[in-house]
Formats: sequence, C-alpha cells, structure tokens
Amino acid sequence: MQPFLAVPDRQSGFAAAVMQVAGPLPDGLTAWHGQPPEARFSVYRNNVQAGLARALASRFPAGERIVGPDFFAAMARTYVELHPPRSPVLLGYGDDFPDFVAAFEPAASVPYLADVLRIEVARSRAYHAADLPPLDPAELADIPPEAVGALRFRLHPTVHLVRSPHPVVTIWTMNAEGGEPGPIDDWLGEDALVVRPHLAVAVHRLPSGGAAFIAALGDGATLAEAAEAGAVASDHFDLAANLTGALSSGVFSRIAEGRFP
Amino acid sequence: MSRNHGVALAASLAAALTLLSLPASADEAKEKCWGVALKGQNDCAAGPGTTCAGTSKVDYQGNSWKLVPAGSCATMQTPFGPGSLMPIKRPA
Amino acid sequence: MKPSNLPAGAGVGFKPQHFGAITAEPQPLAFFEVHAENYMGAGGLPHAQLARLRQDYALSIHGVGLSIGADQVLDGAHLARLKALCDRYQPESFSEHLAWSSHGDVFLNDLLPLPYTEATLARVIEHVDRVQTTLGRAMLLENPATYLLFAESTIPETEFLADVVRRTGCGLLLDVNNVFVAATNHHRSAEDYLAAFPLDRVGEIHLAGHEADTDEIGAPLLIDAHSTPVPDPVWALYASVIARIGPVASLVEWDNDVPDWPVLRREAEAAGRVLAASAKRVAA
Repeated sequence: MQPFLAVPDRQSGFAAAVMQVAGPLPDGLTAWHGQPPEARFSVYRNNVQAGLARALASRFPAGERIVGPDFFAAMARTYVELHPPRSPVLLGYGDDFPDFVAAFEPAASVPYLADVLRIEVARSRAYHAADLPPLDPAELADIPPEAVGALRFRLHPTVHLVRSPHPVVTIWTMNAEGGEPGPIDDWLGEDALVVRPHLAVAVHRLPSGGAAFIAALGDGATLAEAAEAGAVASDHFDLAANLTGALSSGVFSRIAEGRFP
Repeated sequence: MSRNHGVALAASLAAALTLLSLPASADEAKEKCWGVALKGQNDCAAGPGTTCAGTSKVDYQGNSWKLVPAGSCATMQTPFGPGSLMPIKRPA
Repeated sequence: MKPSNLPAGAGVGFKPQHFGAITAEPQPLAFFEVHAENYMGAGGLPHAQLARLRQDYALSIHGVGLSIGADQVLDGAHLARLKALCDRYQPESFSEHLAWSSHGDVFLNDLLPLPYTEATLARVIEHVDRVQTTLGRAMLLENPATYLLFAESTIPETEFLADVVRRTGCGLLLDVNNVFVAATNHHRSAEDYLAAFPLDRVGEIHLAGHEADTDEIGAPLLIDAHSTPVPDPVWALYASVIARIGPVASLVEWDNDVPDWPVLRREAEAAGRVLAASAKRVAA
C-alpha cells in the first residue's frame, strides 16, 4: 500500500483471507515441511473470527444466555464478518450489534433481544464513561420556589435510557449474572435507566413517564417543561417520585448554568 | 407557566428532598419510586477486551448450519411463544 | 535510554477478577502488567483499580494493538492514546509485539506474522523509532509465537530483532513460551534460537502455557493459548536463560481459562524462586 514498499502486498491478501470462513490460502505462505499450511493458517482464522465473536459474548452475557451460546456465536460471527472492528480499542466494539440483531432474520422470534442488548451496550458504555460526582441534592435546598420550574440540569455522563415495548428490564434481570429466567405474567413495555454515579453500574426500571422526563432534561428542557413531557407520556406521571428517583440514582451531574443554546 | 403549576413543581421538589434527607428510608424510597435498582454485575459490564493469546478452541465450522440451541428464551413465556430461533446459514 | 526499569522480580498479567484477592494482602510480586487497550476508556472501575495497584507495585504497560509490523503507517490516534496512558501511569516499561493486527482501519485482534526481509525490517525500524519518539521513552519489542512461514523471508527472526535493537536502541521482551511454540511449529531448536537471541537487550521475560494440536500431515502445531500452567520445557528454557543473563523481570501470562488468584500467584512464585536462586549465584 505504501509507495516505498518493495515487497508484495502480502497483508491485504492475508487480512482478507483471515476474515473469510474458508477459501484459498493467501500467497506466499509455507511451512517447514513444504506442504500448504492450511491448518496453520486456520489457527489465525480461528483466532480472529472466534476471538472477536467471543469478545462480543463477553459484552453481551445476557443476550448469549437468552439465545444460547451456539446461536449467539453463529450470530456474532456473521456480525464480525460484516462489521469488523475499526479500532484497536475493543471496549466499544458492538455498539451497533443491537441494530444488527434487530434486523437479523433468524432471531426474529425473540423480538425483545435487541433491547436487552441495548441495555448491555449502555452498561458497558456507562462502565467506561468519564468519572464525575453526581449532583448533591442539598444543592437544591435553597432554590426559591418560584425558580424551581426554570431549573435545568446536566445529565451525568454515564446516563443511558433504553425504551422498549417489551419488559426489557425484567428480561435482562432474569438473564444477567445471578438471575433466574422464568415466566413473565404481564408482558408490558419497560424503560431502563442505566447510570454509574460512582463505580457500580446500576440498571433501574423507570416509572411511567420517567424516560420522557429524563430525556427532556437531557435535551436541555426546564424542570417545568420536562414535567410536562412526563405528563404527556403518561397519565400516571408522578413528578415527586421521579425527582426522588433521579436525585437518588445520580442522574444529574449538576444544575445547568444559564440556558442551553 | 401558571402560578399553580409553579407551586406544584416546588412542592414536588420539596417532597423529593424530604424523602432523600431521611437516611433510613432513602433506599426504600428509591425502591418504591424508581423501580428495581440492580448493581453488582460489574465484571460483565467491562465488555470486550483485547488479547495477546491465541484461541485453541476451534469452534468454527465453515459452511455449516448452526443447529438452533435452547437458551433461556425457550423457557420464558412470552406473547411470541417460547423462543424458537431459526437456523443460521453461513453466508456463502 | 534504558529500555525498561522493571524490577528483576516476578509479576503477573493483571485480571480484574483478581483485584479483591490481590489487594487483601501484600503480594510477593514485583510488578503487574496490563494490556494498554483495556485501559483506554475514559474512567470507571478499570482506572480505579489500576491506579490502586500502581500505588504498591511496579507497572508494565503491554500494547497489543499498535500493529508495528503492518504494511501501513502507524495509527497516530492510537499512538496518542498510548502516550496519554503512559503519561498518566508512568509505567516502568512499555512493550509491544513484532506482529501486525490492523489492515486499513480494520482491527483483526490477533498478532499476525510478517515476512522477514530488508523491506519489512526498514518499516519495523521506522515504526519503533516513531513509537519511542512519540512516547519519549524506549520500548521493548516482543518475539512472536508463529504458526507458519513466508517463502520470501530472508532474515532469521533473531537477526531481524537484533537489527531493530541496533538501529533503534529499543530493548526486547523475550517470550520464552513463544520461543518454544515457534521452534516446535517450525521444526527448529529453541536452544539454537536462544543462542542467537540478543539476550543482553532483554528487559522482561514472558512465561505462559500453550495448547498442542497437529497439522494435516501430523506435524506438531502448538497454539499460544495462555490457558494452562507454564509447562516444564518452558520452565527449562527459562532457567537456562536466567542462568545466562541473571535475574530479569519475569511475567506469568494467563489470559484464557483464568484460574483463581492463588493458582496464578503460585506460578509467579515459581518464577520468583528461579530468579532468587540466580541472584544468589550472582552475589556469590
């Protein structure tokens, strides 16, 4: 690829072949005994393909448990072929795996799977996000009553929302480490809040209207506007309960100074 | 924003701060108001890491059909029936 | 510029699941090693744990994604991330591999082999130079475990590494398991390889286990899986190296099927005994 190269472009052929399930050996390879090194090259194929599929399994343990390790591995390898990593930092590899799975025909019978994977994406993003102390609720104690409605907040950098028409928090809980899968009596939609105020990542099931409320605040809405958004989303929206939950969970990093642009 | 609306907002904030200021009941308040809070599964939140080691387990069969296994989806009762995944055929 | 300041004791590759056991009591270890790329997130538990370990132990940062052997220019963004990490933790050593792992912008997540020719030598020298200039420190370059050969290779691996050392001033990370795996896979003598290796430039040694397979004609094919205790022939090669060069920082790597902490610690303690015996001989 580089102009100064005097050698054949071995790495293009090697890289293409090592990402293929099967196919001819790339040019120029040999072994001490002079036979074509098929088995030897397959070690590299396996390292790359199975290695990346295993990397995904490590990020999506609940997803793997839901469909079983064999199905997950086959699905992950298909993703790896189509979406190989674009960075030597793998911590974010698979951010778009839920979108891939949502469109993956063989998994169509488990339509809740993609949203469970979205919780797992959110958890690892929160796990690696920047550290910042959450807002101390005491800072709100002296706000004059007439100024409360105009309050704006900055969301904590670890906050992620996953809104789902499926009971996705219940399903994730059942399939996370230590969970016990079982019957789900009421198949109702659930919204997840993922947040890491300190070192531990927490997943919360949001009350009715809670996701709309937090999303509005995240978009720069005032508390009054966000309360309205929550009430529009749900007749059962309870502002006091949502504020209690948000403040105790560390959803805010601070009161926003001035207005958002 | 109407004046009444403003009063309601301030009252909600005051109620929240009161709940939060009671140390003994803070966790209980959270449970009640905010749904399940799940912590402690941090190791599996780390996500994919790099490796400098090879993979000895050759679990890749080119061009094969992957038979569909039963994960927990087969045991959860859902409106979609128990999970019945379709076999995955490798792209040619 | 000394290529490594690691103490000449035993260490292990750090795994987060061992953090509790490691910090529960002082460990008879001189250093820990981490993979650079796993600490390139912004914050959270990984950095909290690493900062805590750093207080009590020497640190080796071991890169696995820089792709020094690639046919293309080094990834400047990745180099910048490595520099930030080294600036933050001030490790006693930074090391990388004689291998490639990226092509274009695709990261293949494996240490892939390169032919050894004048052209690849010139490129590796240029890349090592750039790493050392950017990081403002010397690095160690690790010999690879390889499974096949390139018909066009003209330079023995030991000579290739010696030339890189001579031209860049870098040091070497001698992976004794890789020596054994590659020698077996290529039907060569590990002892001969070590006799030709520039041992005076070794700043760290790696020890690990491997898995045994065969290729289609029944020839042995060892896989560098880091999934078992260090096997006896690797211990024997290690002892022969230490007998020649004296104590040097020695790390046990265990990356797959990772055991409980006491098992890994015992492996490192075994390396520590070899080092202590050598230190006594040196003193006597």
